Amino acid sequence: MNAPASTTDLHARAWHDFALGPWQNVIDVRDFIQHNYTPYLGRDEFLAGPTARTQALWAKLAELLKEERARGVLAVSADVGSSITAHDAGYIDQSLEKIVGLQTDAPLKRAIMPNGGLRMVENGLAAFGFELDPQVKDAFTRYRKDHNQGVFDSYNPAIRAARKSGVITGLPDAYGRGRIIGDYRRVALYGVDRLIEAKRAELAELDDLEFSETVIRQREELNEQTRALAELKQMAVKYGADIAAPATNLHQAIQWLYFGYLAAVKEQNGAAMSIGRISSFLDIYAERDLAAGVVTESEVQELFDDLVIKLRIVRFLRTPEYDELFSGDPTWVTESIGGVGEDGRPLVTRSSFRILHTLYNLGPAPEPNLTVLWSTQLPQGFKDFCAKVSIETSAIQYENDDVMRPYWGDDYGIACCVSAMRIGKQMQFFGARANLAKALLYAINGGVDEKSGALVAPGFAPITADVLDYDEVVAKFDAMMDWLATTYVKALNSIHYMHDKYAYERIEMALHDRDILRTMACGIAGLSVAADSLSAIKHAKVHVIRNEAGLAVDYKIDGDYPAYGNNDDRADDIAKALVETFMKKIARHKMYRDATPTQSVLTITSNVVYGKKTGNTPDGRRAGEPFAPGANPMNGRDKKGFVAAGASVAKLPYQYAQDGISWTASATPDALGHTLAERVQNLAACLDGYTAAGGFHVNVNVFNRDTLLDAMDHPEQYPQLTIRVSGYAVNFIKLTREQQLDVLNRTFHGHV
Amino acid sequence: MSERIVHASATGPVAGFVHSFETGAAVDGPGMRFVLFTQGCQFRCLYCHNPDTWKLRHGRQMSVDEVLAEIRPYAGFLKIAGGLTVSGGEPLLQPDFVGAVLSRAKAELGLHTALDTQGFLAGHIDDAWLEAVDLVLLDIKHFDADAYQRLTGQPLQPTLDFAERLARLKKPVWLRYVLVPGLSDDVASIDGLADYAAGLGNVERVTVLPFHKLGEHKWRELGLDYQLGDTPIPDAALCERVREQFRARGLTTV
Repeated sequence: MNAPASTTDLHARAWHDFALGPWQNVIDVRDFIQHNYTPYLGRDEFLAGPTARTQALWAKLAELLKEERARGVLAVSADVGSSITAHDAGYIDQSLEKIVGLQTDAPLKRAIMPNGGLRMVENGLAAFGFELDPQVKDAFTRYRKDHNQGVFDSYNPAIRAARKSGVITGLPDAYGRGRIIGDYRRVALYGVDRLIEAKRAELAELDDLEFSETVIRQREELNEQTRALAELKQMAVKYGADIAAPATNLHQAIQWLYFGYLAAVKEQNGAAMSIGRISSFLDIYAERDLAAGVVTESEVQELFDDLVIKLRIVRFLRTPEYDELFSGDPTWVTESIGGVGEDGRPLVTRSSFRILHTLYNLGPAPEPNLTVLWSTQLPQGFKDFCAKVSIETSAIQYENDDVMRPYWGDDYGIACCVSAMRIGKQMQFFGARANLAKALLYAINGGVDEKSGALVAPGFAPITADVLDYDEVVAKFDAMMDWLATTYVKALNSIHYMHDKYAYERIEMALHDRDILRTMACGIAGLSVAADSLSAIKHAKVHVIRNEAGLAVDYKIDGDYPAYGNNDDRADDIAKALVETFMKKIARHKMYRDATPTQSVLTITSNVVYGKKTGNTPDGRRAGEPFAPGANPMNGRDKKGFVAAGASVAKLPYQYAQDGISWTASATPDALGHTLAERVQNLAACLDGYTAAGGFHVNVNVFNRDTLLDAMDHPEQYPQLTIRVSGYAVNFIKLTREQQLDVLNRTFHGHV
Repeated sequence: MSERIVHASATGPVAGFVHSFETGAAVDGPGMRFVLFTQGCQFRCLYCHNPDTWKLRHGRQMSVDEVLAEIRPYAGFLKIAGGLTVSGGEPLLQPDFVGAVLSRAKAELGLHTALDTQGFLAGHIDDAWLEAVDLVLLDIKHFDADAYQRLTGQPLQPTLDFAERLARLKKPVWLRYVLVPGLSDDVASIDGLADYAAGLGNVERVTVLPFHKLGEHKWRELGLDYQLGDTPIPDAALCERVREQFRARGLTTV
């Protein structure tokens, strides 16, 4: 890693006027930021509107987006397995673009990435009426094995059964795992040659070690990374850019950085392809150019707008089953904004404002997934601006920087929805989620699936009593969670072993240090259903209704029970205990590559599918009914308003859910105050209060139910209506009708 | 004041009748409020949207400790985001209970406190009682004494006396005015109220609340005769006209 300092003229030209520091001698973007950034404590009045060029380019794209919406997928490059250099340069309109580069040779034309799994590619193509090129098929069936095949070579019958029944769902065993953030800033700051030099040095350090399996794997990976960096340079050349050397101005910095990101999304169809924490890094270049008088604010904003246009059209070819889980074609190009540094200075810059301002210049959109790292210590001007943007666009999410900073420092980014990782120094093995509500039913039915009647978890005795006894249920549930954790970790270890082997993220990992922290990011779904079920069993009387085969298929509740989401410890403590218990069960297992186990309470939109796959539950939820998303209380059960609901969510222990805890809150504008100024002040105050209480994440939606109803009937009038669902934003009109109804049925907090 | 209830004794804690709580209200004082709705009101406003709060003894009896226990879990949030508002019903129907809640919320939890009242019973509280109140949300239902009597069933003067006392004490006031077409929308009396409010010197804002019928079903459920079923809700132009009347006197109006 410790490559000697380069003092070539190129570096001198790129780095003039930057404050010196260790970052010049080692790859250390954080150090560069800390030495050079300018916190901005003011308000939003400096921002510039869209230029005519920006509007013209966006209008062109809007036409294509409209066509894509109508057809599902606009075009596919089915003739070539994608790679960093597989496609020629492509443009929306070359004469208008400031920042260039597309995944394939045309906008919205999707690439195929068979390394993850050929089956997924074929199904995806078939769903939209395309056909796989026979040569590609031949290559991947005769000569090349894919990730998906590898995983199924390892799976045992228990994993297959659990996967089929839906007690474990969404596993990245047929598609790219994603949730890896390359430090794309390195491309801009150092230029690719310097990065290759550093990778070679990292490799050389291993030359004299014992060649264990670990060392051999690292050596191969480092060479793959170096190769990918060389390809990155070639890719840029197709667009007429030489990125061997560092960027010398803001325009180049954005372009270089974007090329790094583009290489990643050309080669990986990861579920989430997040971009990191780039705006305040780029701000250093913006400040330098502005100070030198070579750009105007309008030109700076234009570059941010143009970058965001590119980030809005990242596309992957996916199957209808995948869309059912993660609806609305999300790519989770998550950009983390703001936060506070370890030295107490806010990491808010003018460019933190600029990137949010793209939501006005281009109109609201779900991508990039703009994520504000909220701290009570953020400058008031920025707090107010964020609140205003939320109220007017419902397009941003908030995560608690004060909670995360002690764990991850001040240069972490969010991957996907809520997963924090130190940029360039940490990655995760994405693990989807296990269904706790269904596992509870398995505990009652002795491992027999309540829907299919099949035995999924062998070796357990069912509960035979007619009225559920809390202690008996808890004991059986505990044992069932042991089984679930065991099966789940086996699946994840298989997946990530094979993903590293067959679909390794070369370019993303090239933009990491060699020695990184890996987390095994497990997850749970159905937390509120499981917690409320246990609360009902404890505080009311729950009768079991069995079918003729003796299987518990329904429940009758006598009396009331306290539900999670009302700031009532009788229920909230159960939810807390479930989070802690399952995490501890996971942590007992050996993780692939010695990863550190973590867990999320996050469902994305899969709460609908999880609900579909789960029978009647003892909390009174009907079979098939959607779960609440993430850590949300069940729809309609949080009767005390959103402050109480937020207080319940805030109690869930981050210590045992370090991969994040997601809460989605929807309020009507009137619930936040009479005027925009009042609403801004109140929302900012709510975010402060929630953050101070330890609340981890919140999606904020501010709109009236009527707007959504109207959008269901007249989608053509709402092409850019954006709403936050669990951990990301979507175009409302791109959701399935089922999911639209789920959003509508969620508790809207209003005040009458 | 036959209904005025005082449960203070040397041995037991003060208790009161409570209607309900709300934890996330944004329109009952500055910021996000925890709202304690007390039970009981001697007014019978024709447009009342909570007639279920009228009868004192229909409420749930709670001690001050119990009420504080409901508020305490939100204290951290409220200190940052807003505070406590006691509304009703009419809180001043239970001055000892409400006074104890307000003063303990202030002293023990450090909360900003607001009292939402029509002021009719304020003669029974002394200036010391008001020290626990940071802000009074004062409802003046009409500025014409006869109209006031018709609308509420009670006289206007005690409320005006209270308004003037709050002005002398320099206690911040947010004036609330419910706008009902045909009942409380005449230009002259609103001009009168606006002049009066501007003259007090302690009115920080005026909130014009457009009449709505969301409480109508409650009247039916209680077997009461709702007389405003045919009254229209005020349109945007009327609301704006009235707000402008207040603004013209330099009053901040929403």
